[in-house]
Amino acid sequence: MTVPLDGYLMLGAALFTIGVLGVLFRRNVIVILMSVELMLNAVNLTLVALSQFMGDVQGQVLVFLVISVAAAEAAIGLAIVIAIFRNKLTVDITKINLFKY
Amino acid sequence: MVCRRQFDFVTLVPMLAQSLFILLAVVSLVASLGMLISRNPVTSALWLILTLFCVAGLYLTLNAQFVAVIQILVYAGAIMVLFLFVIMLLNLAALPRLGAVDWKKAVGFVLGTAILAQLISVIVTSAESPAVELSQTGTAVEIAKELFIRYALAFEVIGVLLLVATVGAVMLAQRKFV
Repeated sequence: MTVPLDGYLMLGAALFTIGVLGVLFRRNVIVILMSVELMLNAVNLTLVALSQFMGDVQGQVLVFLVISVAAAEAAIGLAIVIAIFRNKLTVDITKINLFKY
Repeated sequence: MVCRRQFDFVTLVPMLAQSLFILLAVVSLVASLGMLISRNPVTSALWLILTLFCVAGLYLTLNAQFVAVIQILVYAGAIMVLFLFVIMLLNLAALPRLGAVDWKKAVGFVLGTAILAQLISVIVTSAESPAVELSQTGTAVEIAKELFIRYALAFEVIGVLLLVATVGAVMLAQRKFV
C-alpha cells in the first residue's frame, strides 16, 4: 500500500476544518447546511480509511447510517429554511433571530 | 465455489494509487475552499458537488466500492439536487458584502485553526498504523452481511427515521404551517 493511513486522516481533518470555518464564517443558512454536509463527509472519509486499514467492515456500516442521517438532516433543514423564508424573506443567519426575544 | 470478479482498484493500477490520492486530495481541498469562499450559493453548491465526487474517488482508492457508489448516488445525486432546488426555488442573490474584519471573524478563524492543529497533533502523535495491507471488505456483499444480521435493528430504525424526516419535511414546507 503506497498511501499511508495518515494521509487520509490528515485530509479528513482538513476537510472537517474547512466545514467548521464555513459554519462560523458564512451567513447564508443554505451554505451553512452545506458546510455541515462537508463535515459529515470528512468524518465519513476518516471512518472508511480506518475501517479499511483495520480490516473491519463495521466502519462502513456506520458510514451507511451516517449518510442516511445526513439525508434526513438535509431534508428537514431545507424545509425549515423554506418555512423561515416565507416569513422573513431572508436566509441571512444574522437576521433570523426568532428565539432571541 | 462462487467465482466472483471483483473490481480492485489498487491492485489494478498500483503505480497510480499514490498520485491519484494526491490529485484527489488537492482537488477536494481546493473545491471545498471554493465552497467556503464563493459568495453565490449556486457556485458554493457546485464546488461542494466537486468535493463530494473527489471523496467518492478517494473511497475507490480505499477499495470501498459500495460506499463510493452510495456517496455518488445519495450525496451528489439526491442531497445536492435538493440543495440546488431550494436555492433556485428561493431565487437567492448573494448576500451583501461584509465590512472590515470584526472580532467574531477573528475568533472564528482562531477556533478553526485550533481545531485543525489539535486534529493534526493527535494524528501525528498517535501510534503506528494498525495494518499495512488494505483489506477487501468494501463490497456490497461484505457490508450486507454485517448490516442485515448484526445491525438489522439499526437498519430498521434508519428506515423509520427517513419516513419521519419525509413526513416532517412535507409538513414544515406546507404553506399553512407558519
